[in-house]
Amino acid sequence: MGAQKKGSSRVSEDAEELARNPLQAILLADSFTTKFRPITLERPKVLLPLVNVPMIDYTLAWLESAGVEEVFIFCCAHSRQVMDYLESSGWHKQPNFTVAMIESNNSISAGDALRLIYERNVIHGDFVLVSGDTVSNMSLTHAVKEHKERRKKDNNAVMTMVIKKSKPSPVIHQSRLGTDELFMAIDPDTKQLLCYEERGEHPRGAISLENSLLADNPSISLHNDKQASSFYMLRFSFLYMQIYGISIFNIDCYIDICSQEVLSLFTDNFDYQHLRRHFVKGLLVDDIMGYKIFTHEIHSSYAARIDNYRSYDTISKDIIQRWTYPFVPDVRFSANCTTKLEREGMYKAPEIQQSRSAHIGPFTVIGKGTRIGDDSRITHSVIGEGCTIGSNVSIVGSYIWNNVTIEDGCELRHAIVCDGVIIKAAATLEPGVVLSFKVVIGRGFVVPAYSKVSLFQQPTAQDSDEELEYADSSSGTIDPSIADAGNKLNGDIVSESSQMQDWSTSQLGPGGAGFIWSACDGGCEEEWRHSVAPIPTDQLAKALLAIEEDLEIVKVSDSALTPSGELEPGSDDDDSDNMDDSNVDTVDFEKEAEATFLRAAQDNIAVDDLILEMNSLRLSYNKSAGDCTGALFYPMMKLALESPHNTAVELQKNVASVVSKWHKLFEVLAKEVDDQIELIMKFEEMCLESTKEFAPIFSQILYLLYEREIIGEEAILRWDDERKDADESDRVFVKQSEKFIQWLREADEEED
Amino acid sequence: MPDVQALVNEFLNKLKKRKIEGSQATAKQTAELLRSVISQQRVPRTNQAGALIDAVRAIGEQLIVANPIELAVGNIVRRVLHIIREEDLSLTTAAVAELNLSTVSDDDDDGGGGDQDDRPVLSAAAVAAAARNTLRPPSLQMLLEGAPDFVAVPRSSSSGGDSEGKSKSMDRNSRTRKLKHDIIEAVNELIQDITTCHELIAEQAVEHIHQNEVILTLGSSKTVLEFLCAAKEKKRSFRVFVAEGAPRYQGHLLAKELVARGLQTTLITDSAVFAMISRVNMVIVGSHAVMANGGVIAPVGMNMVALAAQKHAVPFVVLAGSHKVILVYIGASTCRGPMLCPLYPHNPEVLLNELRSPSELLDFGEFSDCLDFGSGDGSPLLHVVNPTFDYVPPKAVSLFITDTGGHNPSYMYRLIADYYSADDLVVQRRHAAGN
Repeated sequence: MGAQKKGSSRVSEDAEELARNPLQAILLADSFTTKFRPITLERPKVLLPLVNVPMIDYTLAWLESAGVEEVFIFCCAHSRQVMDYLESSGWHKQPNFTVAMIESNNSISAGDALRLIYERNVIHGDFVLVSGDTVSNMSLTHAVKEHKERRKKDNNAVMTMVIKKSKPSPVIHQSRLGTDELFMAIDPDTKQLLCYEERGEHPRGAISLENSLLADNPSISLHNDKQASSFYMLRFSFLYMQIYGISIFNIDCYIDICSQEVLSLFTDNFDYQHLRRHFVKGLLVDDIMGYKIFTHEIHSSYAARIDNYRSYDTISKDIIQRWTYPFVPDVRFSANCTTKLEREGMYKAPEIQQSRSAHIGPFTVIGKGTRIGDDSRITHSVIGEGCTIGSNVSIVGSYIWNNVTIEDGCELRHAIVCDGVIIKAAATLEPGVVLSFKVVIGRGFVVPAYSKVSLFQQPTAQDSDEELEYADSSSGTIDPSIADAGNKLNGDIVSESSQMQDWSTSQLGPGGAGFIWSACDGGCEEEWRHSVAPIPTDQLAKALLAIEEDLEIVKVSDSALTPSGELEPGSDDDDSDNMDDSNVDTVDFEKEAEATFLRAAQDNIAVDDLILEMNSLRLSYNKSAGDCTGALFYPMMKLALESPHNTAVELQKNVASVVSKWHKLFEVLAKEVDDQIELIMKFEEMCLESTKEFAPIFSQILYLLYEREIIGEEAILRWDDERKDADESDRVFVKQSEKFIQWLREADEEED
Repeated sequence: MPDVQALVNEFLNKLKKRKIEGSQATAKQTAELLRSVISQQRVPRTNQAGALIDAVRAIGEQLIVANPIELAVGNIVRRVLHIIREEDLSLTTAAVAELNLSTVSDDDDDGGGGDQDDRPVLSAAAVAAAARNTLRPPSLQMLLEGAPDFVAVPRSSSSGGDSEGKSKSMDRNSRTRKLKHDIIEAVNELIQDITTCHELIAEQAVEHIHQNEVILTLGSSKTVLEFLCAAKEKKRSFRVFVAEGAPRYQGHLLAKELVARGLQTTLITDSAVFAMISRVNMVIVGSHAVMANGGVIAPVGMNMVALAAQKHAVPFVVLAGSHKVILVYIGASTCRGPMLCPLYPHNPEVLLNELRSPSELLDFGEFSDCLDFGSGDGSPLLHVVNPTFDYVPPKAVSLFITDTGGHNPSYMYRLIADYYSADDLVVQRRHAAGN
């Protein structure tokens, strides 16, 4: 450990010496996940075609155009294929752009990869860390400059993450990128990353802010209550973020500008595996070293990472719609062939044989040398090179790679079809199907939705539970047995034909070849999340509902109280001169205040904590203390009403106990006379409308409140004065408490 | 010649990635690249011009394919090819004339004429000019200049390009050197022309901009800026309306520049052009390329300005360096020989437009919910189209001002005849055939 520390300090000295180094980049050509299985059993993810160009070409072309001069490509699984591709693709021949390979066979995570790169000692300064499946057109110069300037001021700013703002809609992540929602707390002034949470890690969507973050504000650190439900914490952090203008709802672009320390940190912490889950969070939690992570927000440029089939679909469509310009099909940014853009986003490569009656719809890419038969319809799809498509074929939203044969009358909807697949006549692919290399689908066979078909057997010990991704990440590199099978299969025709015989009675209809992989542990209902097919409307609705439920502050089931719906009309009348939206705000605020109070009451949270939370809530909604007391008073009285009681006297006792418990809350919140008057009026209103039970004992409770010093003498007297000119109906309670007021006045005079 | 290949690759890269902006910069860099190609090219003993033409053509093909939208590349390639042909021709004819002359002088030896000194000079020049004339139809300028009558001079060579090199010159070495030298000289001149074309155009400003006029322009063009400033320097006082040129808003930059140079400037939105046009005396705009038929490819929004100007009978003046004048031909695959033809701007075969990123129009983050592919039927309802260029038909253009003077749109094809040789019209044809 000590030696390593020394090493890191030596490295940082070097960094200063070599500050004028060319910009370097580390490209991880392995995602260390199994999301693209079964395709990735045969070909590395970075070489999968994205709109007919291997993914890695997008990343390399972007790095080259963004001014990176030296790229280290780290490859692990299928490293031979990656190297062969790079040899043949001409990336080595680019001027001012060197590409070097770092090969490893036993790395199972990004952490291992970075540790290996550190050992090689090839990085001499700040570097860009991306994975080989990143598509972007952003300019790095600005971000790198920002990073360097920050470094000069603060040596602990080791990393700058590139983020993109998204609409604060919780479904976007799900429906666009197929990933779970991400919460990032970012300081608006310094752009420092304070908190990074992926929703998927917390089943109930909870966020807990780190101690160090809370320590910035001592009053808030009180609130680090382990007893509080995770739900409660989520709500709290939301409020906190709103108050301090901390932005949430961002998309992580997975592009990082790192200093050399990052590599040494990975070496020091040998248990860091995942870049985000371990490294980023580790740094955020660790306040000993004091390393900081900052963010750089991009606005008009594009950056995204292909994480699963859904983001593959989304990013393909973004490319076709030219968001990634100049990395679009009709610009030759890599070794791709010339493609012409026609109307409505149709891209056609040369030498396409298209039947006159074939209809090619909008946003479609057709690769070189593809033949399309009569009356076929293709829309929103990408067709690779050298494909043969028969007549009466319907292809919607699908990704068909190279040299695929689709016979007459097939129907493909939202499917991924890899190289060399043969789909025999009249077969149907339902949404979300993935056909891996060289699979044969038999005549008339209907491949069920979301199924994955491969020539390989599904690994039996498979466990693709995302949480355990790294526990079995050795399966990220192929199991030797499977690899052997693959080599035999690809290389040896005899063995292939023998297997073909086995498949004559296969799962895929007459003449089919391949195995349908059974759905993984997550179960079928999870498949829709990551597939290329659009989310079915019912699932989307369900997902939306789930998210809303998570966010909904009122837990209907837990609380016997109805949500304060009935209170709304009254309060609306009260401040009817307000604008409409402020009305909505008020209702929201009251709901939230009520829920907060009830939770506090249930969980026995200390009054001090509740005061704090109420204060933050009040600030976030920009309400006065009066609004706050009003909003709290109602649930408090409800609470009293809920507890069992038979007579008015018992009710009064209940009220007394509740008030005695919470009086401190009002002492703090309702300091001003105006607030106290507000409180009386609220009470009055309640007695008239929602909780008529209190009407008979109004004066008693008023006295109780006076006694507890919640309501001052002056407030009561002024309330009385105000009510003097009011209608008779409004004066019911004034009359009821006439005696008490009289007594107050007398006492007042006596004092004088 | 690995270094040439490296240069070519670098330039190709830039073109592919759309890193060079503006037709002037592209034209200049192309010319410079071709110059180094020519200077490094080894020339065989026979048919030097042919070798050079092949080399330039091969590189030209690559360049044109790299960015088919940037028409200046193709233009410069054709110009250089034309230069090679011309230089070769003039050398050949000069040599032939010399030969003729020597035989003539041999014959005339007996006569011992004292007027020998005059005749050869005249005849050599005449032969060269005549040969040049056979290469292209007589240009208007030549007719107007009243060039001497060459018709009597017999054709000394089979007209055309490649075969010209096979002449029976005595000292080939010196000729080779001379040919290359001449070509490079001429290319240098071309580069010079490209760099100074702004100035040449700007010189004419005073003739077009008058006192107290209101000029409207769209977007930003360096030529327009220089043009306006030249008029300002000549103490003309006038006002300029600048339409901002959405979505790239280069009009803002132009307005800034104009104000910095002391011109009274008003910035308007593109959509306000029609409302303002009635107050405008003249529209002066830059262009991306000029078609053979006199049509213009210009930044998006230009057609709207042209139509507004036409409606109010406001002169619509296009400034264009001659390197922007291009040839338009029907796609090589459908047409046998090269021919001039009017451009059909929506003909997919010659769709000369570039669709840029929608992010210039709107922020991706703000609209991420409209571009949601995951819900519904997988296709978002929002499509964003961001074309770069517009086509202005020739009838909407009142005048072209090029570095050679003002021209009517209908005259543009003559200009082409001056600059390009008919053999080079389809640089790409071989490429298309070989594909």
